[in-house]
Amino acid sequence: MTTSDTVWSEQGTTPDAIEAALRELLVEVHTENDNAVPARVLNMIAFVDREWSGEIANRLRGVGRYHASRLLVLAYEPRRERLDARVMIVSESPSAPGELALLRETIVVELGDRHLDDLLTIADPLVATDLPTLLWSPHGHDEIASVLLALSQAVLVDSVEEPIAREALDRACGLSERAYVVDLAWLRSTPWRERVAALFDPPRLRRELPSIAKVSVRHHPASTASALLLVGWLASRLGWRTGPLSAAGDALVGAEHGEGQEVAVRLQAAPELQVPGLESVTLETAAGLCVSLGRGSGGLRAHRRDVHGEEREWTIPGASRGETGVLGEGIRQALLRDPTYVPALRIARAMLP
Amino acid sequence: VAVTAGRPTGQPEPENPLTAGLERVPVAPTSLVIFGGTGDLAKRKLLPALYNLAHDGALPERFHMVGISRKEKEDDDYRSECEEAIRRFSRRKPDEAVLTSLLDNVRYVPGSFDDESVYSELCTVLDEFEKEAGEPLNRAFYLSTAPNFFPVIVERLGNAKLDHHDGGEVRLIIEKPFGTTLEEARELNRRVLAIFDETQVFRIDHYLGKETVQNMMAFRFANGMFEPLWNRNYIDSVQITAAEDLGIGTRAEYYNEAGALRDLIQNHMLQLLCHVAMEPPVSFTAEDVRNEKVKVLQAIPQPTAAQIPEMAVRAQYGPGHAGGEDVPGYLEEQGVPEGSITETYAALRLEVDNWRWAGVPFYLRTGKRLARKVTEIAVTLKPVPHLAFSQDGSLGVQPNQLVLTLQPNEGVSLRLGAKIPGTRMIIRPVKMEFLYGTAFLSQSPEAYERLITDAMRGDATLFTRNDEVESQWRICDPIVKAWEPTDADASGPGAGGIPKYESGSQGPQEAEQLLREGDRWRAI
Repeated sequence: MTTSDTVWSEQGTTPDAIEAALRELLVEVHTENDNAVPARVLNMIAFVDREWSGEIANRLRGVGRYHASRLLVLAYEPRRERLDARVMIVSESPSAPGELALLRETIVVELGDRHLDDLLTIADPLVATDLPTLLWSPHGHDEIASVLLALSQAVLVDSVEEPIAREALDRACGLSERAYVVDLAWLRSTPWRERVAALFDPPRLRRELPSIAKVSVRHHPASTASALLLVGWLASRLGWRTGPLSAAGDALVGAEHGEGQEVAVRLQAAPELQVPGLESVTLETAAGLCVSLGRGSGGLRAHRRDVHGEEREWTIPGASRGETGVLGEGIRQALLRDPTYVPALRIARAMLP
Repeated sequence: VAVTAGRPTGQPEPENPLTAGLERVPVAPTSLVIFGGTGDLAKRKLLPALYNLAHDGALPERFHMVGISRKEKEDDDYRSECEEAIRRFSRRKPDEAVLTSLLDNVRYVPGSFDDESVYSELCTVLDEFEKEAGEPLNRAFYLSTAPNFFPVIVERLGNAKLDHHDGGEVRLIIEKPFGTTLEEARELNRRVLAIFDETQVFRIDHYLGKETVQNMMAFRFANGMFEPLWNRNYIDSVQITAAEDLGIGTRAEYYNEAGALRDLIQNHMLQLLCHVAMEPPVSFTAEDVRNEKVKVLQAIPQPTAAQIPEMAVRAQYGPGHAGGEDVPGYLEEQGVPEGSITETYAALRLEVDNWRWAGVPFYLRTGKRLARKVTEIAVTLKPVPHLAFSQDGSLGVQPNQLVLTLQPNEGVSLRLGAKIPGTRMIIRPVKMEFLYGTAFLSQSPEAYERLITDAMRGDATLFTRNDEVESQWRICDPIVKAWEPTDADASGPGAGGIPKYESGSQGPQEAEQLLREGDRWRAI
């Protein structure tokens, strides 16, 4: 699908001028092609360090159809005095004659410390009204970004990007009281959660859920938060009483309290894993049923050992989404509501040593 | 309800607490058997749909597939054919590892559908899957064959005791057409239901798997502003159009037997009518939704022979122009028998005789080689009772019209009267438009992805029930019979009395005669 761009830029500009330019560009594009219509799904505000704004733009470009319909990039450079802006309207060519050409808008505003006091008055006129807004501040700047929460219904975080898991989970917990949190660390665990739920879905295995006695998760060394969230999810869904885990080398270990027995938990760093997220999940019941999932070619590799010791292995097909896919999914999730994240997050935080 | 060896024990199953919040609800481990596994539908739709489900991680955690067809070939040869079809027709470029992983679980059984040994071999293959899995798997039999094989396959499945399975569910998925007359549909239902229970049968009408059709229910029942107007007091007429700009292509053999009435009106368009006219269901469970649709179909009087010329029109496309090129007429298309009087255009005027819709005409029309490809439902409201201003110089105050477009640009538009800027009160119609494509980030899955998943899950909401099919045929059957070729039709090439319309046009003039005074067809 080819795309064409329409661009406007101005140095020393104002939000009013930017907004007027955007409107004129939209009229111009629509006049040239009446099948071209602006997407009206979601605003996204990205507050980024200016020197890294190119990298963020590249990441967002990769999300394809999950690109927010209006993306406002606030590129921050502390000593900048002047407000500069660029507006781009990207039009995707329709796949067949007569079909729509969707327009997506990107506004990049470069600003400095002197603009921060009035940040809301800069951003507010530039988001499309009556659309949900997702806020993303990938380079920290929590205090500045929190001002923008006033314009946002959802906030995008990645709990594995914080070097310390406690800080990541504290931050997510704090944000969850003010907005809906979309956590990429949680979304990386979605296929794992879906498959664990499916493995225990047949009625005879559903009955085994209360007797889970052991949970082991191997994870990328920087993805402790993802592993904690997965166990937090199991604990919140299965009603375990939880307490803090303890550090044991490069693992976190502990015993939580399930319905009928203790549940031994082990979160083990897997240095060989090259990408953020989980490497494997293993669940064992008191009776000896053991099911595990691990990364494999073409999907997750499942292994089951039944109570008689009989073992089976198979692949559950599914394509890896890659980090770009996870980010795209994060943007899409801003329009949905997953009621299971916050309970899992609270338990994950409580399990920290 | 808990099941032991295939029989309910009366104990409720515990809920799976892990499924809360997940977008994808687990589908039970399943072996899917496709009869007609090398056919056109399998290659173009079913296999690509299965690949895309695999890509999204939406197949059951254990999934096996068996293709059955007459030609002798090895499993590996069949896997290669599947791979080629997926590469060619999938909506996304396949991921090599996922494709390999899917194809690893594909097997092939050759043989004729009436050959009992095919079913013994099938039993062996299915047992092997279950031995490998160490547990019983659900079984879904997909009949993607010529319709004359449907009863044969069903009876052979019954003979081989494949209609039930200890510890697992068995489901039968039947492609359209479900009969070509009311009598055939009844006979097919009788033979299918002699072996399978209705709860096991999933009759496909792929229109119901389209997001656009499902959106109609959301549009009507999730928006309070329309329902108060949705009745004979405010609605003047309803027009449902399914127009195609293409001809019959390479489908002459099928199409010449079917015609436009059987191909689209008897199933898809009557389903659209049901979605417009049905009462709000108590819940969106399969039975509640289908009960409401059946009530609508039962409220449509069966036409008598005398009424048919006044309420049904057929025609056939002649030569003309499409896409800036000369195109042949139907009779010149490859494979069409000389002198065929098969209709490529059909239009009906139906009434829904119930409290809500009495007196409101429902116009249905479909045709090939029309001016443009469009599927839409236009609901015209009654005009305002009094105009306080002069209409001089205006295009006239036209009634409001709500148009639900299903393709190509899915959306909803509302025609309103608005004042032209200036000193005088001159009104012209304007459009307020909503397009689904502008409002969602996700790409709609193909209809077959949704339908295959629902059938494997046992959710029949988007499938046609036996009484629904028979009710559809009850309406169309007298028209089918009235349009059957007579001896006079067969007396010579082109001798039949079927009106013609020019390719690339709006359709035949004769369609105008269906309209009530003051009504007109929307421009295609």
